[in-house]
Amino acid sequence: MFKTLFDKDTWQEIFGSIQKNKLRTVVTVIGVLWGIFIYIALSGASKGLDNGFEREFEEVAINSLFVWAQRTSIPYDGFRTGRRLQLKLDDNMYLSQRIPQLQYIAPRIARGVFGSDGANVKRSGKSGSYTVYGDFPILVKIASKDIFEGGRFINQADIDEERKVCVIGERTQTELFEAKENPIGKHVQIDNLFFKVIGVHKYTPGGGFESDSDIFIPFSTFKKLYNTGDNVDWFALAAYDDADVVAVEEDIKAALKVKHRVHPDDERAFGSFNLGEVFNRVKGFSSGMNILSLIVGIATILAGVIGIGNILLISVRERTKELGIRRALGATPGEVKMQIIIESVFLTLIAGILGIILGAIVLAIINVMTADTTSLPYTNPTVPITFVLGALALMVGLGTLIGLIPAQRAVSIKPIDALREE
Amino acid sequence: MIEIKDLHKSYAMGQNALHVLKGINFTVQEGEMVAIMGSSGSGKSTLLNILGMLDVADSGSYTLDNNPIKNLDETKAAIYRNKFLGFVFQSFNLISYKTALENVILPLYYQKVGRKERQERAQKYLEHVGLGPWASHHPNELSGGQKQRVAIARALVSEPKVILADEPTGALDTNTSYELMELLQAINDQGITLLIVTHEEDIARMCKRIVHLRDGVIVEDKKVRQVKAKRDVE
Repeated sequence: MFKTLFDKDTWQEIFGSIQKNKLRTVVTVIGVLWGIFIYIALSGASKGLDNGFEREFEEVAINSLFVWAQRTSIPYDGFRTGRRLQLKLDDNMYLSQRIPQLQYIAPRIARGVFGSDGANVKRSGKSGSYTVYGDFPILVKIASKDIFEGGRFINQADIDEERKVCVIGERTQTELFEAKENPIGKHVQIDNLFFKVIGVHKYTPGGGFESDSDIFIPFSTFKKLYNTGDNVDWFALAAYDDADVVAVEEDIKAALKVKHRVHPDDERAFGSFNLGEVFNRVKGFSSGMNILSLIVGIATILAGVIGIGNILLISVRERTKELGIRRALGATPGEVKMQIIIESVFLTLIAGILGIILGAIVLAIINVMTADTTSLPYTNPTVPITFVLGALALMVGLGTLIGLIPAQRAVSIKPIDALREE
Repeated sequence: MIEIKDLHKSYAMGQNALHVLKGINFTVQEGEMVAIMGSSGSGKSTLLNILGMLDVADSGSYTLDNNPIKNLDETKAAIYRNKFLGFVFQSFNLISYKTALENVILPLYYQKVGRKERQERAQKYLEHVGLGPWASHHPNELSGGQKQRVAIARALVSEPKVILADEPTGALDTNTSYELMELLQAINDQGITLLIVTHEEDIARMCKRIVHLRDGVIVEDKKVRQVKAKRDVE
């Protein structure tokens, strides 16, 4: 068989019969070409969506969640219902001791979110109201902050020494500083206290409620400035990658309920937002898309290959006489079959490769068109090479199988009958 | 060369069996040129098809060049055909999208003869039938006589023991027919055995032996003085 496959003559025979009917060949090829094109374009597009979601979430640890305190809804341990709860800094230690799945915990406090007034920020005559966060350096492990060249985020020394330093947003910079003025090392006044700017952060999408005008200051400085004691507004937490975030979320709330003496069944005492769970749901959606595109793609390829079989069947019928002549001249049934099967596989393969190239071009165009968009979750649409090779293998397999039908038909007619046919 | 004994063949025609060959006994020596004659339905084409292993007999024996031809499957039949026989058909049966040369090459291709040798041998036989300059022409660019010459070159190229011709002049006018017979006679003179099915008396007279078939049996089998197409006609 392999000898036949690599024999130049075999190919000459095949090209001869393919060239004999160019239109037929072209139409056949288009069928499969379309199939593989749909397959490549679809799975590339869904991969692009997948990557897009991935990008949306890349600034945040995908296993992260947020927990905040609300009011109790069940009386417990001598307390009345409706008691207002307050998270404290020592909850941090409490949680990290009890929940081993937690990788990072960042206590956060802020002015200007959840309905509170923002801080009044001034600089040389310009002023505005901005959200100010009191943060620990560990926050960047959970929700990364892109700091522009030359700047930095809050570090441990800032916390320890309660330094009056701040990281401002892109928009804060344009609103408070002159264009082309380097804000690093300059001072701004936050609620009448001077802070030195140590960095400017880029706006990072996907973080949820943060914006490009946020100002970050050390947690310890915030605490002193606003006299908030050990109060924490919410915890940003990240579980280890292999942890079940939903279970971790439950564990955290249960632990906090014990510490804050809240009824174990009180669902409203602590609020939480599980980014990990949302992320998993989005991932589930895009893997659903992948499966869908796989099924649609394979079904389309199948339809195309069946088309090839169909057209070969017609062509075998047209060529009954020619095949009869060949057999009278000494072609064995095996050789005739082989020729038709190779023809089928060859057409399928050519169509497949063209389809892949076409699909790749379309994906490249989509890629260029969506390269600069941040609003659309769409990045780098690609098809894994294993998918491409798999599709090619599938086509060769199907091409062989479908080629068997016309091949069998070709040899089922006796040469004598074939020759008699006019 | 060819030896058949008590050959029977019938075709099923609805309810009835049509008994086409009713016990044919027939021997052909090497180098003979035999005309098989008979009106249509006499069984002459069926006989030729059986000899050509394109069809199988119901009973009887067939020996070709001391090889008993029996229990043939398609693959074996194809190999025997390729090795022992050359065919010439009434309707030429050339492959239309191949050139004259490519048509002649085809039997050698199935014999797995190397490319270069194939080309040379095919070209040689095309020249032998006087069509050397037409090698790259397609069948539709050739006249009927030329087509049949290509078919003869194709039959010769595999250097067969026997050439079977089914009404080779059936589609040609008289002049062309005689030219073709002249070629076949020349081939026979080189020692190749020829069996020609025809219903034309003058064509049959150009052979060395005439076998008459009627209703499935041989009614007459006689040696004749060969009329040389070139010398005796005109």
